[in-house]
Amino acid sequence: MEFLIETILSGLMAGVMYSLVALGFVLIFKASGIFNFAQGVMCLFAALTFAGIMEKTGLPWPIAFVMTIGVMVFVAWAVERFVLRHLVNQEPIILFMVTIGLAYVLEGVGDILWGSDVKVLDIGLPSGASDYMLDNFNIYVEKLEVFAALIAAVLVGFLAIFFQKTRIGRALRAVADDHQAALSVGISLQTIWVIVWSVAGFVALVAGTLWGAKSGVQFSLSLIALKALPVLILGGFTSIPGAIVGGLIIGVGEKLAEIYVGPIVGGAIENWFAYMLALAFLLVRPQGLFGERIIERV
Amino acid sequence: MSAFVDPARMAGHSGMEKGEVLLRVDNVSLAFGGVKAITNISFDIVKGEVRAIIGPNGAGKTSMLNVINGFYHPQEGTITWRGKVRRKMKPYEAASNGIARTFQNVALFKGMTTLDNIMTGRGLKMKSNFIWQCLHWGPALKEEIEHRRKVEEIIDFLEIQAIRKTPVGRLPYGLQKRVELARALAMEPELLLLDEPMAGMNLEEKEDMSRFILDVNQQFGTTIALIEHDMGVVMDLSDRVVVLDYGRKIADGPPDEVQASQDVIDAYLGVPHEH
Repeated sequence: MEFLIETILSGLMAGVMYSLVALGFVLIFKASGIFNFAQGVMCLFAALTFAGIMEKTGLPWPIAFVMTIGVMVFVAWAVERFVLRHLVNQEPIILFMVTIGLAYVLEGVGDILWGSDVKVLDIGLPSGASDYMLDNFNIYVEKLEVFAALIAAVLVGFLAIFFQKTRIGRALRAVADDHQAALSVGISLQTIWVIVWSVAGFVALVAGTLWGAKSGVQFSLSLIALKALPVLILGGFTSIPGAIVGGLIIGVGEKLAEIYVGPIVGGAIENWFAYMLALAFLLVRPQGLFGERIIERV
Repeated sequence: MSAFVDPARMAGHSGMEKGEVLLRVDNVSLAFGGVKAITNISFDIVKGEVRAIIGPNGAGKTSMLNVINGFYHPQEGTITWRGKVRRKMKPYEAASNGIARTFQNVALFKGMTTLDNIMTGRGLKMKSNFIWQCLHWGPALKEEIEHRRKVEEIIDFLEIQAIRKTPVGRLPYGLQKRVELARALAMEPELLLLDEPMAGMNLEEKEDMSRFILDVNQQFGTTIALIEHDMGVVMDLSDRVVVLDYGRKIADGPPDEVQASQDVIDAYLGVPHEH
């Protein structure tokens, strides 16, 4: 029994980490209709910059963190200025291709700036097992994962309010829906894009930091972005809660499948289970659990 | 509906009097590569009038609206808005200077509710800062409520109370057109550009829409420039009509005068011409 609970818990916690990455995708997709393939690399780049600044300058982490936010805002500005501005009203597929290019550029720049060694991101986040849970319930829980879950909860709450209730949030959704109409009511596409990419950059920084604290900042970090894909398919590309729930389902699902189904088929299910689940889901509910229904009036 | 009428603000935010020239385009030409959409067109729009722009398909009517509201930048000519001459408008500038518009093929934010759609029209008037907005508290909340009240007045005015919370993607076409008008009205524009406001509507919907357009013009003093194909509607609604054909202006004047013009009749009936 304890083992089952432990499995589920560790699945949930892993799920939260996926969710954080997925969140960045949802933000940009929701606000600009672009599937940002570079989101995973943005996590890597943010974490790399964060660790790099601390390593090179020896500044305390809060200052380095704020500086990294600055860098991510600059990235957002540059993406708007040099890429998106020239592609207004283009097909989504073209914008998608652009983000693939962007992923390579960011990865390259990160490599040139900070080198390709694995970096340790030690900013005093809680680590190790929670003694409390171990003593009282005999369940092994990583402190860092609990911390990550808390951070995710705060972020999601903040973003949900931001999108639903504020003027800027409304403008973001407006831009996602219709560029022309948004322009006609005086929304500036340029500003909105910089804001969205900045927020996505910030989320990437948080996700990258937590992943980095867990397993070191290394280039394979950008690959976790691939795990965010099934999360998005499950949760729906346009839903912030969807990204969270999707992440949790994937996290728990793959851990349970590994342990209970794995032995039957020879193991290593964890690597592909998420994709199978997403595939099955696409057949039944293509818009995801919380996605906007695709309504086509004919 | 009269609670929403605040003529001092609606009509006079530029301090212009009725009858003054609000907008003038001079010798505007617009080409896409080798295709000339508009050739050397000049006309003006006077404060307080309903100005119709008509012409056969492809005459350059929508291009003209796009020039006025800054989507297109003409290669030649100038636009004078409230006495200020400029080479081109930017959409943001146009919107914040009191030009609102609707589109030929309804451009609404389909995933959002009617209410949210109309609220986007208030965006330029909302000033509270980012932090308060995120907290959804303090000045931001006060401002939100204030603008929400304004929006409710517009909803009453256009009689769309029942669909307030409906995502607009689900609405029938006629109502979508009305929501689009509501969003434009929420901007409290000085000049309202309507691109075929009645396209695809049945007779009853057309009558409703005509009534709303006239009400907007008369009660709020909003100047209106509209493109429309239904000649009956154009003749009834407008004070002055400008007629375009193949990107050129072929007539300009009061409806009955324009209707009698031989050039206009030729353009509509398709007499062979040499361009």
